[in-house]
Amino acid sequence: MDIRFSGFGGQGIIKSGILIGKAASLYDNKFGTMTQSFGPEARGGACSAQVVIDDDPVLYPYIVAPEILVSMSQEAYEKFIGDPVKGSIVLTDTDLVKPATIRKDVKLYSIPATRVAEEMGNRIFANVVMVGFFLSITRIISLDAMKKALPGSVPDRFIEINIEALERGYNFGLELLEKETSTKKA
Amino acid sequence: MKADPIGVATGNHYIDGDHACAEGAIAGGCRFLAGYPITPSTEVAERMAERFPFVGGQFIQMEDELASMAAVAGAAWTGVKAMTVTSGPGFSLMMENLGLATMMEVPCVLVNVQRGGPSTGLPTLTGQGDMMQARWGSHGDYELISLCPNSPQECFDLTITAFNLAETYRVPVLFMMDECVGHMTEKVVIPEADEIEIIPRKFYQGKKEDYRPYQFKGDGSVGPMIKAGEGYNIHVTGLTHDERGYPVINAEAQDKNVRHLVDKILLNEEKIRIIEEDQVEDADVVVISYGITSRVALKAVQDARAKGLKVGTMRLITVWPFPEKRIHELRDKVKAFVVPEINLGQIVLEVERCVSGKAKTILVPHAGGWVHDPNDILNAIEEGAK
Repeated sequence: MDIRFSGFGGQGIIKSGILIGKAASLYDNKFGTMTQSFGPEARGGACSAQVVIDDDPVLYPYIVAPEILVSMSQEAYEKFIGDPVKGSIVLTDTDLVKPATIRKDVKLYSIPATRVAEEMGNRIFANVVMVGFFLSITRIISLDAMKKALPGSVPDRFIEINIEALERGYNFGLELLEKETSTKKA
Repeated sequence: MKADPIGVATGNHYIDGDHACAEGAIAGGCRFLAGYPITPSTEVAERMAERFPFVGGQFIQMEDELASMAAVAGAAWTGVKAMTVTSGPGFSLMMENLGLATMMEVPCVLVNVQRGGPSTGLPTLTGQGDMMQARWGSHGDYELISLCPNSPQECFDLTITAFNLAETYRVPVLFMMDECVGHMTEKVVIPEADEIEIIPRKFYQGKKEDYRPYQFKGDGSVGPMIKAGEGYNIHVTGLTHDERGYPVINAEAQDKNVRHLVDKILLNEEKIRIIEEDQVEDADVVVISYGITSRVALKAVQDARAKGLKVGTMRLITVWPFPEKRIHELRDKVKAFVVPEINLGQIVLEVERCVSGKAKTILVPHAGGWVHDPNDILNAIEEGAK
């Protein structure tokens, strides 16, 4: 599974990639390879982290056409929306991405991740809210594995609040999926 | 000897190749690092600078790469395991003192996280263009050892191997990473200290006045070292010298001295050699690769095997000394060797030389900045199988 996390510098995009790769490879018995953009293109502007998750060792480390795109900024969305393969899942921050380019061949899910984080007291948790949302929508990695991945990747005193952010995003995703199912049934 | 537990961060980690290399160095016994920061290698020095105060190591950020390599050569003669880390432009600047370290038979490790070149080239993107420079980048005749890891896990494991080889043969070992492996984050398992085998420095035990800093026995062996500052009055120099270390400027001494530098590596080539082979015995085509390219090549090999082609792989973990004898054994059995590398043809020249026209040799070049498209390697395999 090829995943691209994108946004602007300072949103914790790279950290999100690390968390996903770490949870998959240390706690979910999978192989997870993360690469990131370096240099001027990674400072400000659109930045991205790429994670390849597989049941077998990852041979080709880069991502050309992701199957999951996460965009937490307008610029990143417009830059990367052309890449995902048909049938991909695209996740965005409702308030930060107002799609100018609409792709009908991908499935779009949105969460006001930054707003949710602000309600918790600090927008710094927005990326973890998004990671939680990512977990419930994609089901590639378990919530349990992600909780185990937090220690060592976030400061010890913030683990609890990060778990809360994770769960808020996760539950938002579950509710969204439920609504979707009940709408379909109706 | 087992690793000192103080330097071994036992556990499962999710870290990049640069950080894993730093952990491997510390686990391998390195306690001195002199370097000058350069992308994409800086993270190695950053992690070691952070970790060294807790393990009794010293990091010095030097004024440049010339000084870095000189400091490493000097530090190693005080008895400590020493290393420097750089990338292409810095690697070039280190060449003169790498020659000095080679001539003084200093065990040390030089890490080069390769990026695209020449010159400043592609600071943040990958390349494998320094492989021939690793062979003979410094002037004069000599042989060194070069290792190429293809994952963060190997950046850890093989950095330990690099230090062990350096001690065994009293030689600078070049740890030839590439930006892709250096900046790639994966699971790295660091074992318990008592599972890590360390080759300690071999120190001289006899009478001070009998000590000879060098041994030119002609059998590829090396003599023990001492710690500078412990009262031995010895001479070490870049000039051609005798076993006492004193300069002797004539053809006979040159022959003994230089032949020794070459022999201690080439006579031990099969002991030094680390290559990974798969399905080469009945192969029509053997793909020879190293570093990150060996992973991408494996994808092409899997695709080729799915098409029914008989393809073997040979991964060079030690690229230098080159596994010449092994290629000789295979060259009559296969139709072709395919050599993908992230340069426009370096190691392929060595393969061609060893194959000596007895099979086809097909280069799959890439100028750098990205890894190969596996399809390009697949096409070469198909061409070779014809």
